[in-house]
Amino acid sequence: MHEDPLFLYTLRLADTALINGHRLSEWCGHAPVLEEELALANLSLDLIGEARALYAYAGEVEGKGRDEDALAYLRDVASYRNILMVERPNGDFGQTIMRQFLLSAFMHPFWEAMSGSRDATLSAIAAKAVKETAYHLRHCGEWTMRLGDGTPESHRRMAEALEEEWPYTGELFETDRVEHDLIASGVAVDPASLRERFDTTLKRVLAEATLARPPAGWMQTGGRQGRHSEHLGHVLAELQYLQRAYPGATW
Amino acid sequence: MSRGKNDIVEDDGTSDRRARALKLRALAALASVHDPEIPVLTIADLGVLRDVRIEGEKVEAVITPTYSGCPAMNMIAVEADLALEKAGFSERKITTVLSPAWTTDWMSDEGRAKLLRHGIAPPPRSSSRAGLFGKEALLCPRCGSAEVERISEFGSTACKALWRCKACREPFDHFKCI
Repeated sequence: MHEDPLFLYTLRLADTALINGHRLSEWCGHAPVLEEELALANLSLDLIGEARALYAYAGEVEGKGRDEDALAYLRDVASYRNILMVERPNGDFGQTIMRQFLLSAFMHPFWEAMSGSRDATLSAIAAKAVKETAYHLRHCGEWTMRLGDGTPESHRRMAEALEEEWPYTGELFETDRVEHDLIASGVAVDPASLRERFDTTLKRVLAEATLARPPAGWMQTGGRQGRHSEHLGHVLAELQYLQRAYPGATW
Repeated sequence: MSRGKNDIVEDDGTSDRRARALKLRALAALASVHDPEIPVLTIADLGVLRDVRIEGEKVEAVITPTYSGCPAMNMIAVEADLALEKAGFSERKITTVLSPAWTTDWMSDEGRAKLLRHGIAPPPRSSSRAGLFGKEALLCPRCGSAEVERISEFGSTACKALWRCKACREPFDHFKCI
């Protein structure tokens, strides 16, 4: 791969935010209650906003004239670099909440650390995102407790959701050659440094939710290298339809 | 960090009188730009308007989004541009900056009073971590009771949460601390 490390690093963050935001937006019109409809749409909006800022910067770093729209709408599955967790189908409300809780438990300390990046743009994006993610974490954490410690049925579903999502948490902590220099120079965040915060959050919330943390085991990988599940193509088909059918269409 | 209209007028080296007059004209024009989602507030009340720069005949308005995904930003930029055009500026530039990150601390006292009159509980004064996660001491914007409860963390726009007053039973919006 000959891409600029900073471009690829920013693109990975942007793709993860966009696909996560798009998946959450699929809840519009389907959430169990009106308040959660609004909540999930709000989370989605924050994530898509973060993605826009990251794409704009990635395009600038790449220097080939691609803007945020070109990066979001005109790349196919193999060029996407999001983690696998965010492309998974929503499942039921509990599964979406569990996934978003796990992600937010990582992303909140991640953005906090990133706000101290030596890269001024990434630092600025992070300083906004960390405040938004604080709300995501609190909201999804509260629902995780409420449903985990709820009825036998809600508990069973949350326990299953945790077990299903767990193998996708490994990618959050991956680093590769692309990132090592960026971490060393203080531009990127070393995810290993976030492990303790992540574990502490999980311990606190899962205990309240009466859920057991799954044992360490085999983890899914590949999204950050462009190896995706069959689900991402379907997400992109919907996400990119308009620009593919009517190239250059604008509001 | 609060930057009211007066700070923006006073803070730079706009020493010559013509530039100062132009800046005041630009500020007056921008004061007519309202947040499309909370129309009682102007972009100056919100602290979304960060700066106005005059260079010769050129004017640049600097704005910052409240939330990363705030859908009102595009419209605010268009309306700010339009307001400056109406005020006679032919060379205009609207710049969006992310840093420093917007905080509810920048909302003016006038803005807070307007929100309250509009039935929206204004954000608490400090957006420190304690403000974000501590107990929020809110009063019902309608009856003033402190007997209030949160219905949902997220409301009709990115910047608001849904609350309810247990005394007068009215639901109300709360402008979230961020």
